[in-house]
Amino acid sequence: MNVSSSRVDARSGARLWSGLGMRQKQVLWAWSFLAVPVLFYAVVRFYPTLEAFWIATTNWNLLTKPSFIGMANFKRLMADPVFWQVFRNTALYLLLGTPISLLLAFIIAYHLDRVRFLHGFIRALYFLPFLTTAAAMAWVWRWFYQPVPIGLFNNILAWLGIAQQPFLRSTTQSLPAVLAPAIWAGLGFQVVIFMAGLRAIPTTYYEAARIDGVSNWTILRRITLPLLKPTIVFLVVFSSIGFLRIFDQVYNMTSQTSSDPGGPLNATKPLVLMIYQTAFSSFDMGYAAAQTVVLFLVLLAVSLLQLRLLRDR
Amino acid sequence: MSALASPMALRFEPGRVIAWLLLFGGGLLMVTPLAFMFATSLKDSSEIYDLAFFPAHPTLENYVTVLSDGRFLRWFLNSFGIATVVTLSNVFFDSLVGYTLAKFQFRGRYLVFIAILSTLMIPTEMLVIPWYVMAKNFGWLDSYWGIMFPGMMTAFGTFLMKQFFETVPNDFLEAARIDGLNEFAIFWRIALPLVTPALSALAIFTFLSNWTAFIWPLIVTTSKELYTLPVGLTSFAVESQVQWELIMTGAALATLPTLTVFLLLQRYIVRGVVLAGLKG
Repeated sequence: MNVSSSRVDARSGARLWSGLGMRQKQVLWAWSFLAVPVLFYAVVRFYPTLEAFWIATTNWNLLTKPSFIGMANFKRLMADPVFWQVFRNTALYLLLGTPISLLLAFIIAYHLDRVRFLHGFIRALYFLPFLTTAAAMAWVWRWFYQPVPIGLFNNILAWLGIAQQPFLRSTTQSLPAVLAPAIWAGLGFQVVIFMAGLRAIPTTYYEAARIDGVSNWTILRRITLPLLKPTIVFLVVFSSIGFLRIFDQVYNMTSQTSSDPGGPLNATKPLVLMIYQTAFSSFDMGYAAAQTVVLFLVLLAVSLLQLRLLRDR
Repeated sequence: MSALASPMALRFEPGRVIAWLLLFGGGLLMVTPLAFMFATSLKDSSEIYDLAFFPAHPTLENYVTVLSDGRFLRWFLNSFGIATVVTLSNVFFDSLVGYTLAKFQFRGRYLVFIAILSTLMIPTEMLVIPWYVMAKNFGWLDSYWGIMFPGMMTAFGTFLMKQFFETVPNDFLEAARIDGLNEFAIFWRIALPLVTPALSALAIFTFLSNWTAFIWPLIVTTSKELYTLPVGLTSFAVESQVQWELIMTGAALATLPTLTVFLLLQRYIVRGVVLAGLKG
């Protein structure tokens, strides 16, 4: 029975299919290609996004039912001194990391672009750290920051006769110490993107400027930098988002068997680490979700700023 | 002026030599951490306090210790398997969706495109809590599928592939249609081979980001057998705090595969990263 009825279905299906016009067939093909992806995006992206906003308005420890508490999580956040410390840290990662790494990357790319001798080899040296695992490199840098006799940096300082530095053990030095490997790892990417941007500038502009006898400095300021604006905007946004979401380095460089990462005294804790600890150490899901909403708003502001800057072009 | 300019360009310029030396020196500084990591992984524990860069008695003993433990090999294979499956899924689905959005005319096309693109605005950190809840409800916590499911398709990859499929001439596809190929065969056998540079760029980017992924595997796994290499390395390093030579060996094992592949395929990888970075 089953077999014959399915055969009938197949036959009528085939008849239906051949009755369809070219355009209708195309539409059916298109939606059959999109069926699984549309389901995926709905279940794994859209629903969770809405759910995150909903969880942010609840008090929930995963064990009992979530209870709606309105904006209470956000009020609690505004009154939480740890949040403001974390906010300040995250802003510092962004405000130190982005300008330093972009300036370095531009200087390197600008000069590397003119180098012919061993060009590919030097580019590879700068690019290699980009391919490393942040969690692994964090431990290499952590080892460098150790006191003598282990740490490389303190050994160099001792050799130079400069006072020993606490680095990761200090509340003031630990944040830049954690930031350094993040800048180091991202530099190679920025260099190759800058070089691609520099290559895209037509050489006729430079030739014309040179015939006019314009100095290198003026060429850089009046031709190179303005024409490089789309590349610069892209890299500013890309690296800003990266520094705002910093996590791997902090977690690995400051975790101890005896205490939570983010220390000493929360001096290195960024927003994503606070979210992680609130959600998966304290299981305070509503409060953690409220923090993710703040992260979302900060990233949204950065992206909108990018659109404005691009439109001003 | 231009007649004068070319002999000037050939002249020995101290400024350019200094610039080259600084660039080269900076490049060497960039790989110093990697060099120290590899050098230390070849030292035995008595040597790590002595600051000589080269090990006096190079030994693979640390690698034997770390690998014979068994966990590292497991983590290595976990990471490799997960990154491979996620990469294959992205290469297939992102290009299928990108192709459909680039080459088919149908109502709702623009809506689907905007909807997928809009997910780029949502940081993954915002989704980890709902994903965790979802994984918990479906019993996916502490499983390979639990680690993989959020990344099986990405808006970034879809957008990248759509841009490349738009450059494929419609005549090619029409000709195949007249030859009687069905739409999937046209996608698979005609269109896909024409965008291999984009496919390899997407594959490189996806593999690398999954190989180094940290926060989600850290959240979703609890049993050590399911750790990925970065998460395993973290637990191993916290455990063996002062045994720096073993930590460096673990870090070297996490770094070796990507560096090896890079040294073999340098040109393609740099081009792929630029392509993915600028178009995506």
